[in-house]
Amino acid sequence: MNLLYNVPAFSILLPMLAGVICLVLPARASRRLSNTVIVVLALLSFLLLNSFLDGAPTFTYRMGHYGAPIGNEIRAGELESAMAMMFLVVMMLSLMGGRNHLRSDIGRSKVNLYYISVLFLLSSMLALTYTNDLFTAYVFVEINTVTACGIIISKEDGYTLAASMRYLIMSLLGSGLFLIGICLVYGLTGHLLMPNIQEAVNQLVQNGHYQAPLQVTIALFAVGLALKSALWPFHSWLPDAHSSASAASSAILSGLVLKSFIFLMIKIFFRTVGPDVMTGHAILNLLLVFGVLGMLLGSVNALFEKDIKRMLAFSSVSQIGYIFCGIGLGTIAGVSAALVQVVVHAVTKAMLFIAAGGLMDASGGRKDFDALQGAGKRDIVAGAAFVVGTMSMIGLPFFAGFITKLTLVTAAAGTHDWRTYVSLAAIVVSTILTAIYYIRVLSLLFGRNGSEEQDGEVRGRRFLSAYLRRHLSMDTEYILAILAFIGINLWIGLRSDDLVDIINAGLATFQ
Amino acid sequence: MYKGSRIQTLYNLLSIVFTMLLIGILLYTVSELPVMGDALHPANNEVAAHYLVHGARETGALNAVTAMILDYRAFDTLGELCVLFVSACSVYILLRVDASRKEEEVEALDRRYEPWNDVILSKAFLFLVPAVFLFGIYITLTGHLSPGGGFSGGAIIGAGLLLYLNAFGLENTERFMNRIRYRRLNCGALGFYFLAKGYSFFVGANDIKSVISVSDQGNILSAGLIMPLNVCVAIVVSTTVYAVYLMFRKGGFNT
Amino acid sequence: MNNYIVTNLPEVASIILFGIGFSNLLLARNLIKKIIGLNIMDTAIYLFLAAKGYVDNAAAPIVTSGAVDPDLYVNPVPSGLVLTGIVVSVSVTAVLLALTVRLYEEFNTLDIDEIVHQLRVKDKEAMR
Repeated sequence: MNLLYNVPAFSILLPMLAGVICLVLPARASRRLSNTVIVVLALLSFLLLNSFLDGAPTFTYRMGHYGAPIGNEIRAGELESAMAMMFLVVMMLSLMGGRNHLRSDIGRSKVNLYYISVLFLLSSMLALTYTNDLFTAYVFVEINTVTACGIIISKEDGYTLAASMRYLIMSLLGSGLFLIGICLVYGLTGHLLMPNIQEAVNQLVQNGHYQAPLQVTIALFAVGLALKSALWPFHSWLPDAHSSASAASSAILSGLVLKSFIFLMIKIFFRTVGPDVMTGHAILNLLLVFGVLGMLLGSVNALFEKDIKRMLAFSSVSQIGYIFCGIGLGTIAGVSAALVQVVVHAVTKAMLFIAAGGLMDASGGRKDFDALQGAGKRDIVAGAAFVVGTMSMIGLPFFAGFITKLTLVTAAAGTHDWRTYVSLAAIVVSTILTAIYYIRVLSLLFGRNGSEEQDGEVRGRRFLSAYLRRHLSMDTEYILAILAFIGINLWIGLRSDDLVDIINAGLATFQ
Repeated sequence: MYKGSRIQTLYNLLSIVFTMLLIGILLYTVSELPVMGDALHPANNEVAAHYLVHGARETGALNAVTAMILDYRAFDTLGELCVLFVSACSVYILLRVDASRKEEEVEALDRRYEPWNDVILSKAFLFLVPAVFLFGIYITLTGHLSPGGGFSGGAIIGAGLLLYLNAFGLENTERFMNRIRYRRLNCGALGFYFLAKGYSFFVGANDIKSVISVSDQGNILSAGLIMPLNVCVAIVVSTTVYAVYLMFRKGGFNT
Repeated sequence: MNNYIVTNLPEVASIILFGIGFSNLLLARNLIKKIIGLNIMDTAIYLFLAAKGYVDNAAAPIVTSGAVDPDLYVNPVPSGLVLTGIVVSVSVTAVLLALTVRLYEEFNTLDIDEIVHQLRVKDKEAMR
C-alpha cells in the first residue's frame, strides 16, 4: 500500500515525461513507448482500485512538502481510480483499434507528434480526475484543449482544420468563463484548494455575505464547463470535430475528452461548492432542461444525417444529454446514474467509432450511407461491433446501455416532482428516436451490397475465403480491440452490480 | 449558414443578447464584491501571510511570488510548461514544411519582407544583442532575489534570439541554435524539471528527508532547487519562442 | 446595488474589456479579429485577477528584511496565477495563428463562415 500511495502522482507525471522523450524518438519507437506507458499505468490503476475496494481509505497526496491550504494536493479514492482505469483502458483499445487509420492519415514524420499529443492528453485527463485544486484544474483543462486540437489536426485536410478552429474558439470561450469563476472564488474566499473553498463557502452562506457573487460563480463554472463538454446549445463544434478526425482520435474525443470535463464539473459541485449549497440549486434545473433538450434535439439531428460519423457525433450529443439530465436531477442517485452513463458511453461510443472506421475501410474509404450498403457483411468484426453498439445504445437487456437507462429512470422516479415527468418523457422519446436511426443504419449495413461483384462475393461459397483474405491482411490489433470492446460491453451488461457498487461507494466518500 | 441568411442574423442577435446579459450580470457581481485594496480583503488570508512570513525561510527565495510558483505550487508551473510544449508541438504539426514540400515560391514570398543584410540592423544589434542576452540571463538567475524569474528571463532571451536572427541571418544563428540543439535543450530542460519536481513531490508526500537543503538567503546559490528550475524554465520558454517564430517564418529549422 | 463600483474601478474596466473581447470572439467574421478578441478577453481576466491582490500603500512582495508584517506587502498569490495564465494565453494564441495560416493556405480566405460554406459545397459535390 505504501508504494501504491504514489500511483496517482506517478500516473500524471509518467505520460508527461514519456511525451517529452517522444520528441526525439522516431515513429515506431514513440508508438511503442506510448503503448507501454498506457499498459503500465492501467495495471497500476487496477492495483490501486483493488486496494480501495479492499478497504483502504481515500487519501490526499501532497505535491511537495507543504499540504493544503499552502501547497498543492491531489486526492484519490475509489471513484477517481475507477475513472482513471476507464480512461486508460478505453484509450489503449482506441489506439489499438484505430491503428490502420493512423498509419494512413498521419504523415510519417509527424507520427511522434501525434503520440506526444496523446500522452499529454492522457496526462491531463488523469490530472483532472485526481486534482484537488481549482487552478491546477484550469491549467490541465488548457492542456486538454490544446492536445485535443492536436489529435484532430494530425490528419491534415481542410475539414479537420476548419473543425478544430471552431472547436478551439468555443473551447476557449468556456475556459475564459471558467477562469473568471476561479478569480471570483479566489476573491471571495482566498483559497484555491477544494476542501478549503467548501469550508469558506459554507461560512459565507451562513453569514449571508456575498450571496450574489457566489451564485454567479456557480453559474459561471457550470456554463464554462458545459461549453467544453457539448451540452445542448453549446454543441455546434462537436459534429464537425468528431466526424472529421481519424478513427482513433474520434473515439478518444467522443469517449474520453468530454467525460473528463463532466467529471470535473461533478467534482466542483460536490467538493468545491459542497452538497449543502448545491442541493435544490437553480443551476441544476437549468442543466436538466438543457440536458433534456440535448437528448431530444441530438437524436432529431442524427435522424437527418447521411454520413455515419456525423450520425455518431450527433448521437454523442444526445447521450451527453443523458448525463446532464442525471446531474440535473440533483440527487445522489442522479449523479450516480450520470457516472454510470459516463463509463458506458465511453466504452460504447469508442467501439462504434472504431467500427465505423473499419466499415469505411471496407467501403473504399467513403463515409456516406450510399457507399456503406452491405459493409457489415464485408467486415464481419465491425458489423458485429455495430450490432452490439446499437443494442447498447437502445438499451436492451444484457448490454451495457440497459444499466444506464435503468439507473437513470430509477433516479428520475426518485424525485417526485416535475423533473420526473420531464426526464421520463425525454428518455422514452429519445430512446425511440435512437432506435430508429441506429436500426436504420444496421439494416443498411447488413442489407444488399452496393455492387454486383461484392454481392456475388459475399453470397457465394467463397465467403469464408474472401473474409479471411481480407482480414488476415488487416491488423490483428484492430480485431482484438473490437473483441475487447464487445467483451467489456457485455461484461458491464451482465455483471452490472460491480460497476454500480463501485460508483456508489466512491460517491459516498467523494466530498 | 452563410452571409445574409436569416439564421445568421438570428445567431448574431442571440450572441449580442447573451454577451450583454453576461456583462450585466458580471458588472452587478463586481458591485457586490469586496472593496479592492482593502487590507481586510478575504483574499488576504493566512495563505498569503504564510507565503510572506515564512516563505523566505522555508524556500530560501526572497521573492514571495517565485517561492509560490516554484516551490509551494510547483505543480501548476509544471502544467504551464507542458502547455508551452504541446502548443509548440501543435504549431510544428501545422506549419512544418517537409523538405519534399519546399518550393521556391514559398521562400521568395516570405523572404521579400524579411530584413536581409540590413546595415542599420547589423550595426546596431552588435551592441544591442549582447546587452539583451545579458539582461535576460541576469533576470533568470536572480529570479528568487528580485522581480523576475524564468518566464520573464526566457521571454527576453527568446526576443534576443529573434533579434539576432533578423539582424544576422539564419546561417549565423544556426551556428549556435539549430534543430538538434533545440531538441536537446528542450527535452533536457523539461526532463530535468520533471525529474527534479518528481523527486520533490515524492519526498514531500512520503515524508522522506530531502537531500536538497536551503542555505542562507540572499545569495544566488541558495534556495535549493529554485535557481536551476528557473534556468530550465528560461531555456524552455526561449527555445519555444524561437522555434515558433521559425515555424511561422518558413516552416522549420534550416530548410 | 452598492457603491463598490466606484472603488473597484479596475475590476469594472476589466469586465468591460472582457465584454468587448468576448463579443469580438463570437461575432467577428475575420479570424484575426477573433484571435485579437480572445487576447483582449484573456488580458481582461488577468487584470481582474491581478486587482484581487492589490493592497493600498503596500510594497511588492520581495521580503528583504527579517521580521515581516504581512499587511505591508501586496498579496503574492494572484501575481503567480496571472503569470501562469499569461503563458497559457500566449501558447494558445500561437496555435490559433498557426491554424489561421494553414486555413488561409487551403481556402484563400480568412472568413470562417466562408470556409464552412466552401466545405459544405465540397461535401454536396462528393455525395453526388
